Amino acid sequence: MQKMPAWAEVILVPLISLILAAFISALVILAIGENPWEALKLMVQGALGSTYGWGYTLYYATNFVFTGLAVAIAIHARLFNIGGEGQAMLGGVGVALVCLYMPWPHWTLALVAASLGAALAGAAWAAIPAFLQAKRGSHIVITTIMFNFIAAALLNYLLVGPMKPTGSMEPATTTFQPGTHLPTFQEMFSFGDQVLFRGTPANVSFFVAIAACVALWALIWRTRLGYEIRAFGHSEPAAKYAGINPTRIIMITMLISGGLAGMMAINNVMGEAERLVLNATEGAGFIGIAVALMGRSHPFGVFLAAILFGFLYQGGAELAFWTTIPRELIVVIQALVILFTGALDQMVRGPLERVFFAMRRPPKPDPRKVRTEATE
Amino acid sequence: MDLLTILQILDSTIRLATPLLLACLAGLFSERAGIFDIGLEGKMLAAAFLSGAIAFVTGSVWLGLLAGIAGSLALSGIHGLASITFRGNQLISGVAINFLASGLTVVVAQSWFGQGGRTPQLAGAARFEPIIWPGALTNIREMQQAGPLQQIYSELISGHTIVVYIALLIVPLTWWVLFRTRFGLRLRAVGENPAAVDTAGISVVGLRYAAVGICGVLTGIAGAYLATALQAGFTREMTAGRGYIALAALIFAKWRPWYALMATMLFGFLQALALRPDIIERTLSFRVQVQLLDALPYILTVIILAGFVGKAIPPRAGGEPYVKER
Repeated sequence: MQKMPAWAEVILVPLISLILAAFISALVILAIGENPWEALKLMVQGALGSTYGWGYTLYYATNFVFTGLAVAIAIHARLFNIGGEGQAMLGGVGVALVCLYMPWPHWTLALVAASLGAALAGAAWAAIPAFLQAKRGSHIVITTIMFNFIAAALLNYLLVGPMKPTGSMEPATTTFQPGTHLPTFQEMFSFGDQVLFRGTPANVSFFVAIAACVALWALIWRTRLGYEIRAFGHSEPAAKYAGINPTRIIMITMLISGGLAGMMAINNVMGEAERLVLNATEGAGFIGIAVALMGRSHPFGVFLAAILFGFLYQGGAELAFWTTIPRELIVVIQALVILFTGALDQMVRGPLERVFFAMRRPPKPDPRKVRTEATE
Repeated sequence: MDLLTILQILDSTIRLATPLLLACLAGLFSERAGIFDIGLEGKMLAAAFLSGAIAFVTGSVWLGLLAGIAGSLALSGIHGLASITFRGNQLISGVAINFLASGLTVVVAQSWFGQGGRTPQLAGAARFEPIIWPGALTNIREMQQAGPLQQIYSELISGHTIVVYIALLIVPLTWWVLFRTRFGLRLRAVGENPAAVDTAGISVVGLRYAAVGICGVLTGIAGAYLATALQAGFTREMTAGRGYIALAALIFAKWRPWYALMATMLFGFLQALALRPDIIERTLSFRVQVQLLDALPYILTVIILAGFVGKAIPPRAGGEPYVKER
């Protein structure tokens, strides 16, 4: 079987999908009576034109790196973890437990502990669907969807009940201990009078996200476990034959996946809100699906796709602020990206493959024709 | 607790179960033909918006219903294109459809009506009105004094919109189509073993598109019911996870029509109870968390999926695109 060159597979296919998604989004913007070109300019200006814009773009991107990596590692084992949203919610609970009830002398210690708490809580939430998939054959997609809803109900219960401070009407915890405040980009990168990233929520967990990308890359391509995960994803019978234990792989992969989704909470709960509120995840768990598909499940691709979606998110907010285009346009773009990179992959790939194969192989002369010509 | 209170809860059970039932039967057709559909939610949402919008603009609920079905069918077409023609991942396609509907409905509603992503209130002929059966009481005071039979007749049987009765009739119809017609046999076969169907000279692609189309029509009705019967107009995210509950009910029902009726009634009952926490407290004499009731359909489904209460076996070829061998 022929294959396209790697660069076409990695760059061209996602790029064409993105262009298709952008084209249809432009049509939607035209249809509601706005100018797509002006909208794009506004988005670029608002999301990338200042350190303020970048501060938000990178904040959103941090969320999406974590949830994107969570979906990506699962895809390598051919598992579709659609439960990133619920796992991220539980991650928030983990962070809140660490940051609310324990005094922390320094943010570095708090960050390590909160990361652990978030990852453990997220992993625990992924563990049940993983176990049911591995041991009882329940479809992981359905169970993780169900667990999203159960997580939402649980969080709702916790925030109107046990974790809400007495006397408060708002479904939220109190503000975390002062020792848990993570340095923001404003505090880290402002020198003297030069204040950069003013008032933006981007914080040090962006670098944790980058570290997670590197660590996951090393795990997938440089360790025995990563090899086993990929082997399992390519062919379960072959992996079994090679002595790889499917239960172990499913469990470990999903624990890592849930842990990564949960770790998103160090950014949005610990870094930004500094308390746990309802709907803190804002659908970032689902955007992870688009990010992982767009990034071809490679940590570096996920990182780039997360930046792209961070840009879309911040740009979309600016758009909603300055024009009549609602923020939900971003959800449409996200849907189109998922559709073209995930479901309609063949539609993009098919014609592209034909072009490549046609270019690579000049048409051979028909042997029969040659023979008849020779006899003449 | 008197009979009338029970009847009131059962009455709202039926009303709340109807969209679940329609969506569940929609999923039944699709999944029996081997096409997983987690896009039920999105299709319902799109249908709810279009039906609400068209019913408001034209003033006719029937045109609204048609528009809703058309919108749902369009999304079904995308799903079919992705999962049948281009053999893509059906689950991912479903996810995309859910987001597409979630975003587009608000964007379009905002630019069309400018009311923050909702349609204006519907009234009169733009809504499905309850049908009062002959001899049924409508006055609450008269009803309290009536006998139990009259109470059941007036409160439970009479007074629903036409969609409710249609939905209940679709259950036996689905059973008949799936288990007593040639089309149904082929449809089920294509979900179990498409290669065998292909060998028999029947188009796998055609059958699957037919199933996805039926699914689109039924989710369209379900969505239209939400916007034009259950409530008076479309509000953003008004499906509120009903597509997923329907999916849960489908697994609960193990992909069978009559069980689908029972499962959706059960889940509808849970939703009706969640609306009346006071009644639970009075009957059980302790408070049940509303959140627990909200989560119960999902928890029950997970338990069923785990195989602790009977085993739910999906159609064998579900989720796999059919590739003809050459």
